[in-house]
Amino acid sequence: MQHENPKHKHHHPGYGTYILVWLALLAFTSITVTIAGVNLGRYTLFVALLIAAIKSSLVVNIFMHIKFEEKIFKVFLALSGMTLVVIFALTFFDFIYR
Amino acid sequence: MMGQTAVAVKADNFYHQSTNKYSGILSWLLTIDHKRIGLMYMVSIIFFFLVGVIVGVLMRLELMAPGKTIVDAQTYNALFTLHGVIMIFLFIIPGLPAIFGNFFLPIQIGARDVAFPRLNLLSYYLYVIGAVLALLSLVLPGGPIDTGWTFYIPYSVRSTTNISLPLLAAFILGFSSILTGLNFITTVHRLRAPGMGFFKMPLFVWATYATAWVQIIATPVVGITILLVIIERLFGVGIFDPALGGDPILFQHMFWIYSHPAVYIMILPAMGVVSEIIPTFSRRTIFGYTAIAMSSLAIAFVGYLVWAHHMFTSGMSDTARWIFSLLTFLVALPSGVKVFNWVATMYKGSIDPQPPFLWVMAFIFLFSIGGLTGLVLGALATDVHVHDTYFVVAHFHFVMFGGTGTIFFAALHYWFPKMFGRMYNVKFARISVATFFIGFMLLYFPKFIMGYMGMPRRYYDYLPQFANLQMISTIGSWILSGTIFFIVGYLLHALFKGPKAPSNPWGGVTLEWHIQSPPIMENFKTIPTITHEPYDFSQLKEMKNA
Ligand code: HEM
Ligand SMILES: [Cu+2]
Repeated sequence: MQHENPKHKHHHPGYGTYILVWLALLAFTSITVTIAGVNLGRYTLFVALLIAAIKSSLVVNIFMHIKFEEKIFKVFLALSGMTLVVIFALTFFDFIYR
Repeated sequence: MMGQTAVAVKADNFYHQSTNKYSGILSWLLTIDHKRIGLMYMVSIIFFFLVGVIVGVLMRLELMAPGKTIVDAQTYNALFTLHGVIMIFLFIIPGLPAIFGNFFLPIQIGARDVAFPRLNLLSYYLYVIGAVLALLSLVLPGGPIDTGWTFYIPYSVRSTTNISLPLLAAFILGFSSILTGLNFITTVHRLRAPGMGFFKMPLFVWATYATAWVQIIATPVVGITILLVIIERLFGVGIFDPALGGDPILFQHMFWIYSHPAVYIMILPAMGVVSEIIPTFSRRTIFGYTAIAMSSLAIAFVGYLVWAHHMFTSGMSDTARWIFSLLTFLVALPSGVKVFNWVATMYKGSIDPQPPFLWVMAFIFLFSIGGLTGLVLGALATDVHVHDTYFVVAHFHFVMFGGTGTIFFAALHYWFPKMFGRMYNVKFARISVATFFIGFMLLYFPKFIMGYMGMPRRYYDYLPQFANLQMISTIGSWILSGTIFFIVGYLLHALFKGPKAPSNPWGGVTLEWHIQSPPIMENFKTIPTITHEPYDFSQLKEMKNA
């Protein structure tokens, strides 16, 4: 796809960025593990999901290159992401009110 | 009408042109031509459909009389699971997109092939591998899976039959589906002919496009769910099984987050086919093109929001129950939009009741019954009574078989002359619609009544008061399956002995009717430039003179 669009800038982050992101992911993972031991009551799940969301957006944007892609990919991805959020929200209507 | 537009069928068509250096069987097995891949899917899918039908008839034989008739309870459990898995994963989900989508989507948008032809072939082989693994699990020690096609936890973790292998098969079949969806979306975005704007695309393309999105977004959910069940079985991790600290309702959520949208994977392409056939045989442009196209997208989206209507009696929260009931009623709206538009298209049209059109009529009738009884199941109070009874069995056969199944036959009869360049016996085809309809009603309508009276589903035995209705249902299964084998028979006969079909036997105007039957490799000598609206029948004159 990239080759078909001459206007498209081939921007690739360097190894430095990749390593930084990797370290960040490791850091977030250890936060997840630590926080699992802390009792946050009803917020436990939301905190866990928030951290997971940050981690996956790092992976999607940097490792999977979406940040440097054309707009249409971002739109599609946002749509799929929205669907996922809606599905989560609806599931919680069961889980929270049980 | 037939024969007027006849163009001599030329020997140079895709049956005689290989995409690789081989001829004979390898030129098929290694082909990357979308039409040949579509036909390979057709052979495999019809084969499994017939196996599923035979298993269905066996179940009906068991149910002919109370008590044990031909099989014992455990075998019956295996039979309904096999029947369900085959019909859902090997027939109705891939059916229309993989066969007719593959064959006609590129042609209808003026493309030479799909965007990723090799990926297309890979999808086909994933389908075959999945199917083979599923069959293999039947004969391996442990015995055939007996959970029902829904694989509900905790039984699916505790059953000692072969569970992991058929689950893996379903996982692989999911990938086949995802790759097909990916291919179609890219094809629609990148390969439309000049002038073919989104709103000039035939409605079958719109429907297949919307379906492709559902395939991509929903299928991974069932993939993950299946993997989790396998992990739970193999390593005893407590994800779903309450005895291990898991949540069985979570399984049902995840399963239906896919499997409800999957019913739209089944029905949307069928609705697309209906939107092709009705204008052609009414000689009238479709009423409300944009409304139909947009309702496909709306169904695809709202279809994500209703899954828990399968779980009203599973013990989820009351709040979730009324919310999902409400949303379920909303999804009926875009379907209603379509039915009204189809009927409005026929109004004052000049109707030509050829076999494909008759199939569509059967569809509208049967699917409406299926859809309306769905509202009985979507309402909380009534669902408590009929949940897990024959009422549900009747409902889903009316929507899946009466809906998508009849349209499978409609599409087959509509496009058969284009795909094979031969014509079938129209009289046989007309009779088949009638006997199909009679068999169908006898087979499934009594199940509504029995379900209402309390006959539970998935039982190999029943109380004596159901005996008469069960017998009627079994007789229906003979008429219906007889019709199906009759159809296969006369179509096979037509394939080899039928008269040559003209390039446009029905007077259709979408792009596939502009090219010869069967089409050449890569479909078009020169890519057409599109100037007409998709269902502009004023083109017919020019086409005849061409
Ligand atoms: C001649 C054709 C057919 C016959 C005779 C037939 C008959 C049956 C019977 C007797 C059952 C079991 C009812 C029970 O005990 O709960 C059943 C279940 C089912 N059928 Fe069919 N059927 C046919 C075609 C189809 C088609 C075309 C589809 C799908 C498109 C389909 C999908 C299913 C599914 C999903 C189940 C549920 C399996 C389960 O409970 O896990 N059937 N059918
Ligand atoms: Cu559903």
